[in-house]
Amino acid sequence: MTQTVSKPSVQSSTTTVAHDRTEVTDREAEPNAGVVHGLYTDGAAIVDSKAPAGPISEKWTQRKFDAALVNPTNRRKLSVIIVGTGLAGGAAAATLGEAGYHVKSFCYQDSPRRAHSIAAQGGINAAKNYKEDGDSVYRLFYDTVKGGDYRSRETNVYRLAEVSTNIIDQCVAQGVPFAREYGGLLDNRSFGGVQVSRTFYARGQTGQQLLIGAYQALERQIAAKTVEMHPRHEMLEIIVADDGSGPRARGIIARDLVTGEIETHLADAVVLASGGYGNVFYLSTNAMGCNVTASWRAHRKGAHFANPCYTQIHPTCIPVSGDHQSKLTLMSESLRNDGRIWVPKSADDCDKDPREIAEGDRDYYLERLYPSFGNLVPRDIASRQAKNMCDEGRGVGPKVGDFRRGVYLDFAEAIDRLGQAAVAEKYGNLFDMYQRITGENPYEVPMRIYPAVHYTMGGLWVDYDLQSSIPGLFVAGEANFSDHGANRLGASALMQGLADGYFVLPNTIRDYLAKGPFPAIDEQNDAVAAARASVESRVQKFLSINGDRSVDSFHKELGQIVWEYCGMERSEEGLLKAIDLIRSLREEFWRNVRVLGAADTLNQSLEKAGRVADFLELGELMCIDALHRRESCGGHFRTESQTDEGEALRHDDEYAYVAAWEWGGENGTPVLHKEDLTYEFIQLKQRSYK
Amino acid sequence: MATNTLPKAGPVTARRTTVFMKLLMALSGALFVFYVLVHMYGNLKIFGGIEPFDEYALHLRTLLTPILPFGGFLWLFRALLVIALVAHAWSAFYLWSRAKGARTTRYVAKEAARVTLRSKTMRWGGVALLAFLVWHLLQFSILKFNVGSGAVNGSEGRLVISSFQVWWVVLIYFIAMVALGMHLWHGVWSASQTLGWAVSPRARARAQATATVVALVVSVGFMLPPLAILFGIVKGN
Amino acid sequence: MNLTLKIWRQTGPSAKGAMHTYPVTDISEDMSFLEMLDVLNEQLNARGDEPIAFDSDCREGICGACGLMISGRAHGPEVTTTCQLHMRSFSDGEEITIEPWRADAFPVIKDLVVDRSSFDRIIQAGGFISANTGAAPEAHSVPVPKPAADRSFMAAACIGCGACVAACPNASAMLFMGAKITHLGELPQGQPERDARVVSMVSTHDHEGFGGCTNVGACSDACPKEIPLDVINQLNKDLRHALTHGH
Repeated sequence: MTQTVSKPSVQSSTTTVAHDRTEVTDREAEPNAGVVHGLYTDGAAIVDSKAPAGPISEKWTQRKFDAALVNPTNRRKLSVIIVGTGLAGGAAAATLGEAGYHVKSFCYQDSPRRAHSIAAQGGINAAKNYKEDGDSVYRLFYDTVKGGDYRSRETNVYRLAEVSTNIIDQCVAQGVPFAREYGGLLDNRSFGGVQVSRTFYARGQTGQQLLIGAYQALERQIAAKTVEMHPRHEMLEIIVADDGSGPRARGIIARDLVTGEIETHLADAVVLASGGYGNVFYLSTNAMGCNVTASWRAHRKGAHFANPCYTQIHPTCIPVSGDHQSKLTLMSESLRNDGRIWVPKSADDCDKDPREIAEGDRDYYLERLYPSFGNLVPRDIASRQAKNMCDEGRGVGPKVGDFRRGVYLDFAEAIDRLGQAAVAEKYGNLFDMYQRITGENPYEVPMRIYPAVHYTMGGLWVDYDLQSSIPGLFVAGEANFSDHGANRLGASALMQGLADGYFVLPNTIRDYLAKGPFPAIDEQNDAVAAARASVESRVQKFLSINGDRSVDSFHKELGQIVWEYCGMERSEEGLLKAIDLIRSLREEFWRNVRVLGAADTLNQSLEKAGRVADFLELGELMCIDALHRRESCGGHFRTESQTDEGEALRHDDEYAYVAAWEWGGENGTPVLHKEDLTYEFIQLKQRSYK
Repeated sequence: MATNTLPKAGPVTARRTTVFMKLLMALSGALFVFYVLVHMYGNLKIFGGIEPFDEYALHLRTLLTPILPFGGFLWLFRALLVIALVAHAWSAFYLWSRAKGARTTRYVAKEAARVTLRSKTMRWGGVALLAFLVWHLLQFSILKFNVGSGAVNGSEGRLVISSFQVWWVVLIYFIAMVALGMHLWHGVWSASQTLGWAVSPRARARAQATATVVALVVSVGFMLPPLAILFGIVKGN
Repeated sequence: MNLTLKIWRQTGPSAKGAMHTYPVTDISEDMSFLEMLDVLNEQLNARGDEPIAFDSDCREGICGACGLMISGRAHGPEVTTTCQLHMRSFSDGEEITIEPWRADAFPVIKDLVVDRSSFDRIIQAGGFISANTGAAPEAHSVPVPKPAADRSFMAAACIGCGACVAACPNASAMLFMGAKITHLGELPQGQPERDARVVSMVSTHDHEGFGGCTNVGACSDACPKEIPLDVINQLNKDLRHALTHGH
């Protein structure tokens, strides 16, 4: 790791973005194409050197051996702050507590059990090969790298596959009630288009069950007093202090959401396990409180943010029903196994009862465009085509704004073929959920679906040890960028969260902690006082603006911009427009937001204001990242980079790297550090689903 | 507001829990169920006439003699019943006062946290039964006073017949037996729940059915003699 | 549709609260109940009144953060969580009373927000299996009969929302606790700590100020995850077992 928190020397020459391929757009002919150049500067390349040399299957064992040990009696003198209590944070807090470290755990929810990992439905992958169907650590590794469209780091992904088997053992020992066969052994299913059955599950509530397992382990450590739990606390700033041995992460400033008190918490190391930033889109499948604040405050203090434009859009969500919509609900992708997706051929039919639209007037567009995969094309294609149909004016369902945002997912044929009972057996719970939310009976009327943001692959840049570019700041779970590349495979999010939390982080952080305890710092330390003062002044600023618009209205508007221009399909023109829009929205926010109530009490508007303020900065960086990456990869279609047939075209020659962005200062531009992705064990291939 | 483990109040033992109180209530209640079933069966002897009834009353006193003195078994059993009664009432009071303390701010909406009809009758029905018990013991065991006009001559059977020829005595008994039926209806089911005998929906349905049967048999069984006497079906001669 | 909302407002934990009446208009029946409150909050914010505080997070019925007493029923008229309740379950012109969960073990923090950390402390008392990370045997080394695994899962579906306590006339948390006892007690891995777990958890439950169970069944009726009363039975049985085995 070469980066320190001090701002690196900005390279004198600004970047030149390659514009020499695909068809030349009009914009490029114009003089203002140079606007791109002013948006960021190039910085030094990064090399992650933590992974030891040698065969890939030996690296993790070697790293664990190389990592320094901490004497058991010294552990309680070493303190670790962990922000977030989802699978990664909860598991890490429990494990470090068991090991004897002094852990302080924080979550904004009223209980660690409510972290949003709980909402994951499908399952968790592990290379157990219980089905003897040819699965192996190597195959899980291969599938994950391929699924990530060759934009993830080989070493990290191999380790993920390697520890996946331990996760299942650990969870079973904790009492996670996985689905079982009649013989009493664990059941597996095939998930997300892979050809082996390696997904362990607990009905449609796997995330819940795994999280409850981690939560119980955490509560056990709270009772044992190794973990100090701070629920209803939100981290608002990170403390990066120089104790004489260079700047390092030494604590956080948190707000007690009940009393409003701004608290300083100091430690020897800080772990962020604060989840993804999908809520930048306002509407997503994330929980209402999911936010980027912890990551973003760390980014502003020197942690690189990697691949922020990599977000995952899930094709089968329940569509938006009106402007009041506060969140989107995911339905299992398995629905596409039996449902047929269509829209009317003519926009005039869009407000008709779908049952009255004749077969010949329906456009089963996925079957038409992708005859061999049909309705089972990958998530990104299904999502993008749904958006295309609606953009053409052929969407269905209620109009929200000027468009109808929905396509039909029709089970009439499946009900004819299999009978209603068989369909109910397979999808009954999903149908019930759909009916509860929409009030429509999907056995009679076709379901309506629309894509929604589901997961963010981007996140804080970490090395093989999960350490960010700030020494002493570690990042685990969805909050880091490391394992999923440009696209995440189904049932891999739970695997990564628990791998990081139970097995990876506790092993790598000890190498860092072994150098401690670090010289004590107190509240009088300049960095601590400055962090605290900045949080206090920001809170006061929100409350004093007293403008005309609510926080939510800004959040909604930001979400629409990011969704429209930095969602499934991106173009240079759109992204440039989005950056302008976000900048003026941010300017208005700081001038015109209205946050009522006081600072010294539970104030949910104030909480939201801080989160939205950070999303307004992140949104811009996402657009800049998307703009600079002139290739289509993973779930992201770049209009300037497509094949003759209009399919996604990746450019491994130019973009096989991680884009790690360094904060460029309040009025500066972000600095791009590239970490080249070298594939020693896997050969790069272009996807094709035609 | 860090979540801290509260200091434990006293030693952690099963005997200091509300569930133990429920067990106490269930077990003492079970003894009463057994007792009322036997009592009810004995009462039905009145249909055989005064002599068999008096004989039965005498027999209760000679049980286990000469190991025990005359009336000894009855007194032992009575002592047991008193202990059970104290345990039953005490645990009921304990749980009731806990429940009051567990929600000191009530809901505004009237519908909120309402008890079911059956369980609602448990507390006040229980108190009513206690009051009835005092009357009943005074009337037939302790004072043995005759509110009717028939001759008694030291015969339990004659006392019963004379008493139940008075309509308001029968009415008191009728109300008490309705209360007892309700109490048993919830109580028997509740006890099976507390004792962990209803761990599945089927077992629960069985417990419900048992409770209904016990409640009906006991209350109807107890009411048969008074009604028969009132309407002159049993005259005692 | 137009509605009249009567909502409990309370500025802080020790403040005195009261019911306030808010008319809301143009409510779509496709809104969720919480989205309807979002609309009200936007209106309050626009006219300078502080928005109403209420807990919600995932809004898909699984995190357990939301929970309101709606016209006297925990989570409202349907068997679901408050976030999954939609306005089509109400009729135009209806008056709806909205209160926080009421239990002394769940003190009100503000408006409709209550402190449910007593649930976490019950779990701390023994709602876990002591298996340190790394100490686990191979997952297939202990088979679990499918019926036991299924029953365990059924109980483990509890989301810790607190509706059982809110609906119980005794403000008892036996359903919540019984669910955990059953979840862990059905599994072979849960056996070594089974007796100690139930005694410790019930003791903590009582100490936290929850009421005792009188087998009313309102908890199970209110449970959005339809956890059956069986789990309280199981708890009673386990406690009786512990009692006769020296606890």
